[in-house]
Amino acid sequence: MTGASDALARRQRLADEQRAFERREATSRAVRSAVIFVAFIVVLGLGYSGYKAFGTSIDDAQTDWPVVGSFLPATDDLRMPPALDIITEFGEPLQRNSDRPLALFILDAALFTLRETVVGLLGGIVLGLAVAVALLRSRRLERGLLPWVVVSQTIPLIAVAPIVVIWGRNNFGFLPFAWADWMSVSVIAVYLSFFPVAINGLRGLQSPAPDDLELMNSYAASWTATLFKLRFPAALPYLFPAVRLAATASVVGAIVGEISAGVQGGLGRLILDFASRYTTGPERLYDAVIGAALLGIAIIVVLTLLERLTLASRQGTTAP
Amino acid sequence: MSSRVEVAGVSKLFNAGRPNEVQALSHITLAIEANEFVSLIGPSGCGKSTLLRCIAALTDATEGSITVAGKSAEQARVDQDYGMAFQKAGLFDWRTVAKNIELPLELMGWKKADRARRATEMLRLVQLDEFGDHRPAELSGGMQQRVAIARALSFEPSLLLMDEPFGALDEMTREHMQAELLRIWRSTDTTVVFVTHSIPEAVFLSTRVIVMSPRPGRIATEIRVDLGDRDDDTRQDPAFFKLVTEVREALRSVEDSAG
Repeated sequence: MTGASDALARRQRLADEQRAFERREATSRAVRSAVIFVAFIVVLGLGYSGYKAFGTSIDDAQTDWPVVGSFLPATDDLRMPPALDIITEFGEPLQRNSDRPLALFILDAALFTLRETVVGLLGGIVLGLAVAVALLRSRRLERGLLPWVVVSQTIPLIAVAPIVVIWGRNNFGFLPFAWADWMSVSVIAVYLSFFPVAINGLRGLQSPAPDDLELMNSYAASWTATLFKLRFPAALPYLFPAVRLAATASVVGAIVGEISAGVQGGLGRLILDFASRYTTGPERLYDAVIGAALLGIAIIVVLTLLERLTLASRQGTTAP
Repeated sequence: MSSRVEVAGVSKLFNAGRPNEVQALSHITLAIEANEFVSLIGPSGCGKSTLLRCIAALTDATEGSITVAGKSAEQARVDQDYGMAFQKAGLFDWRTVAKNIELPLELMGWKKADRARRATEMLRLVQLDEFGDHRPAELSGGMQQRVAIARALSFEPSLLLMDEPFGALDEMTREHMQAELLRIWRSTDTTVVFVTHSIPEAVFLSTRVIVMSPRPGRIATEIRVDLGDRDDDTRQDPAFFKLVTEVREALRSVEDSAG
């Protein structure tokens, strides 16, 4: 008997040690990712500056080297503004009569786009899950509807976006709130982001082993109870990667949606503006693009942290 | 008192009417009394698991009738008259050990405090008191199987159906688990139907061993096991060996005739 309880105590201790080890692992993994990210940015900046210096030195030497400026991009300050200028431009005022720095304009635009993205992503997750559950519920629906879900993604976004905005302006009067243009952009983001959630969600909902389903069956659990107690939790490791994909799609949908539908206020519009006034301030376009990249990265980081928190307790459960 | 489980003339066809039709069970008749421990043993393909699934109403019998606790097997499933344990423990890895045990109680609409209290009791029953907050993955295979048994017994069903629950365990753990199961069976008021392909396991555990023969699955013979209360010494008992030999010979003649 003491032998057995010793064994239990040993196992308990092992489990505690394992948990402590995993906590330490998680912390050092976060530090490592941050270091790698900073190093990546530095390398990118050095590479950019290095190439520029290399191209400029060839130009200065008056050598007629045909690669730079023909096969490879030219390195003059208009096409490749100095890296340092791109960074300092963040602090420069955008308008002559105000000292509000460019960074704040980009931040405002990023928050505007973030709202479209988040609403679009949430809508995409809800719609994607609804489609996944519907496809799960009916074999016939899966056969009939799934091809159309795939086809829906082949329709070019740029073609659809203006139609959605025009529809939004004219047809949604029955809603209890005033329809704003940014909501139309969110609709476009929904359209792009529901797809990975639906496809991976369906796979996740179908992932429980026959034994697990039989167990629920032996409890005479209803279809809904099985959905919430077994299928949804089992689908989570499939859903998180899908939501990450959906988030990226949602950012792209929001920015491209803004551009092609001419919606004011977000990063898409800002990028369009800075592109049309490129010659007067090339650094600004670079900064807006950096802002868009940071927005995407921020969303992914938040989602990854959420995933870690949610799935941390499941050992040996990784999405296939 | 009536039998806990009454199987009358049950046959089971898979793919009935199609070219790949298989007769899994043929005219099985079997009565299991309250507080019996009955093992179903036989070569693979003899339909022992199928018979268990028919009793559990997880699959329908093609012919014949099954009564569990005086009602149809289907009604007994709906009324939660039995608990079930499979070869794989089948614990949900997103739930703690205690929450796994609470799963059937949750589905039955028990209150939170009642569920927690019962989970603690069940953990004590399977001697895993300290492990309620652990994740299933932190437990050994034998411990996981104990949790699965605790889960199956959490709502105090009068019937426990087990489909090779110790099949994936090593020999030492297996013997330990068998002793545990007997202790639990004696301390609760449960009837057990146990599918296995291990002869010593069937003899050690059961009050009655049903030997089945394959293609189609039939009951070849049944052997009463009168060993009384058992412990680890029982495994060295000549009476135990004699019964093991008896079951083995019954299985051999089954395989020869099916040959």
